[in-house]
This record gives sequence, C-alpha cells and structure tokens, in this order.
Amino acid sequence: MTESVLRVGFLPLVDAALPILAHELGFAAAEGLELQLVRDMSWATVNDRLLYGHSDAAHLPAPLALATALGLGRPAMPLAAPFVLGLNGNAITMRPEIAAQMTTIGAIGDAAATGERMAALIRSGVRLRFGVVHRYSSHNYMLRYWLRNCGIDPNADVEIVTVAPPFAADALSSGEVDGICVGEPWNSVAVARGAGVIVAVTAQIWRRGVEKVLAVKADRLAAGPEPYHKLVRALWRAGQAFIDPARCDEIAAILARPAYLDGSAELIAGAIADQILFAKGAARVHVPDFMFQHREAANFPWVSQAAWLYAQMVLAGHVQHTPRHYAQAKAVFRPDVYRAALRSLGVPLPGASAKLEGGISDPIGVGTTQGRLILGADSFFDGQSFDPDTLDAYLTHEQGH
Amino acid sequence: MRIAIIDESVARAAVIEEGLREAGLGDVAIFLERAGLVARIESFAPDVILIDITNPHRDELEEILSVSRAVARPVAMFVDQSDTQSMEAALDAGVSAYVVDGFSPKRIKPILELAIRRFNAFSRLKNELDEAKSALAARGTIGKAKALLMSKRGIDEPAAYALLRKGAMDSGRKIAEVAEALLTAEKIWGGL
Repeated sequence: MTESVLRVGFLPLVDAALPILAHELGFAAAEGLELQLVRDMSWATVNDRLLYGHSDAAHLPAPLALATALGLGRPAMPLAAPFVLGLNGNAITMRPEIAAQMTTIGAIGDAAATGERMAALIRSGVRLRFGVVHRYSSHNYMLRYWLRNCGIDPNADVEIVTVAPPFAADALSSGEVDGICVGEPWNSVAVARGAGVIVAVTAQIWRRGVEKVLAVKADRLAAGPEPYHKLVRALWRAGQAFIDPARCDEIAAILARPAYLDGSAELIAGAIADQILFAKGAARVHVPDFMFQHREAANFPWVSQAAWLYAQMVLAGHVQHTPRHYAQAKAVFRPDVYRAALRSLGVPLPGASAKLEGGISDPIGVGTTQGRLILGADSFFDGQSFDPDTLDAYLTHEQGH
Repeated sequence: MRIAIIDESVARAAVIEEGLREAGLGDVAIFLERAGLVARIESFAPDVILIDITNPHRDELEEILSVSRAVARPVAMFVDQSDTQSMEAALDAGVSAYVVDGFSPKRIKPILELAIRRFNAFSRLKNELDEAKSALAARGTIGKAKALLMSKRGIDEPAAYALLRKGAMDSGRKIAEVAEALLTAEKIWGGL
C-alpha cells in the first residue's frame, strides 16, 4: 500500500481529540496514512493554512466552514465537511456573582428556568456582555438561540464579542465579559480558578448540537478522495476508542501533551467522561451527553445540521438569506463522502441525508443503507424542532420574538 | 496611510516598523499586548493592519474589523481572489494583512511585500543567531572534553583533538556529540 500523507490543522481543544488519536493510537498508520498535525492558536490561521495549502484538512467550527464557503469577510472558497468531529462539549460560564442570581451554584440547572432568570435580570437593567470563541462558531449561535428563546434579543439586549479560548478565564476575572461560551478545557480552567461558574452546557440547549467538523477544500477532495477516505476511517476508529471508558485516562494523558492541548490531564479527563465541575469547591456532576461522540452515527454530517446553523447565521445578521446562499451552506456537509469512506467497515450508515432536527424525544430506529441505527433524543431546550424544508417559516417564527 | 503592527515579538515588530519608515511610511503604531487592544486599535483607526499569523488574537481582530463602529468602513483581507500568490508568500513568511475596503491593491501590495521581506529577514536572523549560539555551545563542549582528555591522559591539545576526531569518524557522529558523550560519561563515572 502506498503511504499517503495528510497535514491536519487544529486548535488545542478537547474536540481536536479524534485527529490526534487517529495519529497517536495508530489508526491512520493502519490505513497507510501518515498524519502530520499542525497546531495553531487562532481559527483564522487554521483556516488560512487550509485555504493556501499549508494543510490538507482542518479541525474547524462547523459555522466557520459555512462562512468560508459563503465568502463572509473573505473571498468564497468551497469547503467540504465529510465528518463531524463531535457534538457539543461547550458550556456557558458566568462570573460567580451574576451566576448566583440565575442558578444554584455548583448544580446543573434547567436551561429554560436559568434563561428566564437571566431575562428578568436583563429586564431589570443589567447589561450583560458575553465572550464567544469566534464570530462564526456554534458557541455564538447556541448562545444566541438560548437567549432568543428565553425572550432576550441577542442582537440588542446583550453584547457578544469574540475572546480567544485561552484568554476566556482572564476576560471573566477582569470583568471584561460577564459570561463566556467556550469549549473544554477552558470552562473548567475558569471554574478551577474561581473566575466563573457554569450556568448551562450546550447539550442542555440542543441535545445533539453540531460542533467542529473536519473541513477540506472541495476541489482537493474531488481530485483525490482516497486519502480523505482513509482519514475518515481512521477518525471513526478514533471515535470508537474515545468512548471506551477504560481508555479515558490514557486518552486524556495523550491530549494533555505539550504538542497538543498542553493542559491538565485531569480537567481533560473530566470533559471526556462527561464529569463536569460547575463551580469551584463543588462536586463533579455527571452531565449526560456533555460531549457526544461516535454513538448513533454522531459523526455523520447531517445536511439538516448545516441548515440549522445557516438559519442561525441569518438570524444573527451574518448572512443574507437567498436560495443560493442556503444551497451553498448545505453543500458543505457531505454525507455522501462519509458513506463512501465507511461502507467497507460495515458500520451503520443513515439512509437519509437530512432529518427533522429536534424531532426525537424518545430513541427511535431510523432507515439505513447498512447496519442498524437507533437515534436518541435530540431535543432543543424549548421543545422546538427545525425542518430544513420549511426554512422561511422557521425564520419568520424566530424573528417574531 | 496609517499602519498598525500587531506582534507579540517586540524585536520583529521593530524590524518591520523600521522597514516601513525607511520606505517613507512613518504613520506606524505597534501593538504588543492584548489588554485594551480593541479600544487602542479603534482609536488609532489604521488603514492597514499587519499581524503575525501565530498571534492568538487574530479571531478577535477579525471580529472587531467586521463590526467596528470606529473603523467605519468594513475591512477585508487585503489580497483579492486573483492574487493567491501574495497570500501564500505572506503565509509562508508568517504575516497576515488586513486593509480597509476601498484601498487600491496597488497601494497596499508594496507594503505587504515589504512586510514579507522583513518577516523572512527576521526569521533568517533568528536562525543565524540560534546557529551561532549552538556553535558557541559546541565549541565549549569540545573545549571541556579536550581539557578532560589532556588531564586524564597527559596528552597535549592537538593529540586530544585528534582523539575526539577519530572517535567521531569511527562512530559516524559529530565531534561535538562525541565530546558531549565523553563529558556525560565523566559526570557518571567521574572520580573512579
């Protein structure tokens, strides 16, 4: 077998785990693929390296891949996302004195009730400022969705700015922001320092919220799909290892290395095991599906997930809705490539490419082209669902708040 | 034309600023620290921003540029679609540029090219400095190893050096590596 080489860009976050593990645990090598991991400190640079050929694939926030394909803030470049690198794994952490007015410190609250108390706080005249990790991030859109459906206008009632993850805890403790929506281990870092208290995790806002994707240039993928198929298979096996409780400490130790996250293995292990410390001094709480991997074809790029993100981008005023933009955004998610790459492994492959998001409240079997697949609850906190085929009605409804 | 340089390396920022000044572009400010970066950039209101690509604040900067009320006009990445070569060269050099929309690419291109040259020159300087440092360190190691051989074996300096060189040739290693191994062995076996 000829050895292929792929360079994969990433940011030091827990959800960069699958590419790192595909390399470190030998799954890429078993496919005859050599992975070279390229660590950066900003999404802008991860994206630049992908677009200008310094890397062949990238760990990227799903909305940033859509924004790049849509040409927001830069020339448009068609990207393809054949594999989702994980669902959720983020949290909203607020300054302790504000959190105390919204939730029981240290406990996992109810997202709707917590949001209502925040809305009351804002109506009483408190001006809140939030930091998110990127303008085009799931963090930004999940936060906005939560605020909007608690009766808070994210475009007018609060301020939302960008804060790079490593500085999120600093921004909280200096009072530069009142809350952050960030991935792990950065909430835990803020909590451990006493700078913040977790008031909600994104899995409470949307039980199956899409987070990072593996992004590649669409033309590169079309010109030579084989190395990317190998990569998708290696990532799938890495996901299998990731959810094995017996390997949690080993995996946390790998991710914690200086070349990768350069952080605390203990905090990273907490995120992997869904064991979350909501406040300094409190006991760890098990949060079901805090970061969701591998099970239920979690890494399958549902086109309806891209559609949901696009809807949120329109609502945030980041893109103007046109049928052409909508088509461009949805075309980024590539379930066809996922299926082509994984067919040989005999794993369950969803038959449909899109679904009603938030439509499942009890586990249900779904149609497949291969294997058996049962999907668990994927609800939004407010009980709404999202049908990608009726986008206009959804936008009208959401804009009516 | 107002140019902002955002760089956590004081030395590199100075090298770029000097280049810009030599080219007759004097309206330059350097931003080194994160604290208050947004407000300071907004009040400086630059036409062009140069930032090193390893800077962790690029995403924050792009956010400011897309929403800023003070920098009234939208700011876009400088190089247009047709000019991917300049972009690649910039990325290779480790610099990224943003420019206020509406500025003529002809006016900006020389600035980016200058920044690329200066970034490359800085990396070269740094590599040479690193090499010089390791050469000095190697010379120190060889000197100590020679002194050790001279005292233990009662031989003169050329003979000690010849021994080290032979050791290097026989084992296919560098003289500095053999010297290092000898010193390590002496540390462990010393006094026996």
